[in-house]
Amino acid sequence: MAPKIIFDNVTRRFDLQDAAFIALDRLSLDIADGEFVTVVGPSGCGKSTALNIAAGLLKPSEGTVLVDGKAVEGPGPERGMIFQQYALFPWLTVRQNVEFGLRIKGEEASRRREIAERFIDLVGLRDFADALPKTLSGGMKQRCAIARAYAVDPSILLMDEPFGALDALTRVQLQDQLLDTWSRERRTVMFITHDVDEAVYLANRVIVMAARPGRLKEIIDVPLPYPRTEEIRLSAEFMTIRNRVWQAVYHQ
Amino acid sequence: MSEAAKTTRLAGTPTEGQGIDYPGLALNLVGLVAGVAIWWALTAGGAVGLPPPPQVAARFGDVIASGQLATDIMSSLARVLTGFLLGVILAIPVGFVMGWYKVARSLIEPYLQFFRMIPPLAIIPLAIVTMGIDETPKIFVIFLASFLASVVATYQGVISVDKTMINAARVLGAKDMTIFLRVIIPASTPFILVGVRIGLGSAWATLVAAELIAAQSGLGFRMQQAQLYYDLPTIFVSLITIGLLGLAMDRILLVIERRLTVWQERV
Ligand SMILES: Nc1ncnc2c1ncn2[C@@H]1O[C@H](COP(=O)(O)OP(=O)(O)OP(=O)(O)O)[C@@H](O)[C@H]1O
Ligand SMILES: [Mg+2]
Repeated sequence: MAPKIIFDNVTRRFDLQDAAFIALDRLSLDIADGEFVTVVGPSGCGKSTALNIAAGLLKPSEGTVLVDGKAVEGPGPERGMIFQQYALFPWLTVRQNVEFGLRIKGEEASRRREIAERFIDLVGLRDFADALPKTLSGGMKQRCAIARAYAVDPSILLMDEPFGALDALTRVQLQDQLLDTWSRERRTVMFITHDVDEAVYLANRVIVMAARPGRLKEIIDVPLPYPRTEEIRLSAEFMTIRNRVWQAVYHQ
Repeated sequence: MSEAAKTTRLAGTPTEGQGIDYPGLALNLVGLVAGVAIWWALTAGGAVGLPPPPQVAARFGDVIASGQLATDIMSSLARVLTGFLLGVILAIPVGFVMGWYKVARSLIEPYLQFFRMIPPLAIIPLAIVTMGIDETPKIFVIFLASFLASVVATYQGVISVDKTMINAARVLGAKDMTIFLRVIIPASTPFILVGVRIGLGSAWATLVAAELIAAQSGLGFRMQQAQLYYDLPTIFVSLITIGLLGLAMDRILLVIERRLTVWQERV
């Protein structure tokens, strides 16, 4: 089967005062349909740059990103994105936030409500459907953002350190919840994180990147079965893979 | 976790910022009564050359009965509201255009910064010479005062909209028009409303001064007349009316502001 996402020799430069700075250097990478890929690497290695290019929020200087064989020209609802800062619309309730993309798609009110309800339930926010974001905790806000992204039915989810601002416990809960959602509503996921454990726990494959210039360093397979459990998290195999990723990230 | 969170929300949401603070109100009232009492005590014996409260109250009764107060209030309010509404109605689109298009910003900003430095009152002589002494110059200075205050606030609001929020709308399929209507406008509403309130304050301040200079009716005009005849009670009546009207209008805007921005996180 053809890959879902293809990074084909993607380079991105930023013009600084004196010289052009290479944020991403000739990244080539295939991601299969339905795959869960995590991306780790030191700060400034071009992770967000790569993700934003795939989202269509940033143009590559050279190369292309292909989604379903077509070059990405701009943002589109088939590629959902989840941000570290949640980026909910604070004047809308949870339900209205989730319906935002559906409204743009031109869905009817009754259909919007039905879809929103389904995803609000899926992320466990049913009791808060009519609450404003300011009344939610960080973890609940991020669950709302996940429901909002899912509601427009994207085939790809791009996540930029979505759990980065959360405490360790909430983080682990949301990892399990995300995997649970993903197993029921299978999408292709590209997930950036700083946390090596998180990267291994979630992924089919871990993409390790290196800095200066930002580039692909190594791809590490995670041959652990889903559903992932605490048992797996504490297993020797997990530790072995985790240590490999750690070595790749911190001993560059 | 969800149970605990639910109770916090139930406890937190409905009363937040809306509950009436009865002890506070009682203290406000005590302060007012005490103030009037001190005023009375100081003026009763004629020690201070100011009219005591009963005299001012009697004057209030007279001007209300004769309809003079109503006429003055109507002509002052008409000026303030016309100038203020024109100013705000023009300021909001101009502020949006400045925030959204860099070219427009660069073209307009120098004028804005320049006129902001000129107190509206300083425009009055020019306005009277060029526009005569009827309503036009007064409404014009009020318009200018409220326009300048609101336009800066609107423009600040637009440029401070969180870029991530705009990106979030983009990836959900929103095009420029939708982003403008559904993200930029609501996100900058709190800024705009602050600007509108500042605009109202300066409109009101400018009005009274404008009427002191040239008018045939109005609260400022009445004070100026009273000044000629050494009529202190009328001056008091006008001052108190101006203060109360300004306060009432500000409170109304504050209520509207709270209504429209309940979603904001207040620290
Ligand atoms: N708009 C920009 N202008 C100039 N330089 C930029 C811009 N955006 C990113 N960069 C630079 O490109 C490099 C890669 O940035 P990027 O945000 O992709 O890193 P990252 O891997 O996501 O880092 P982090 O883990 O800290 O989020 C950084 O050195 C950054 O300074
Ligand atoms: Mg980043």
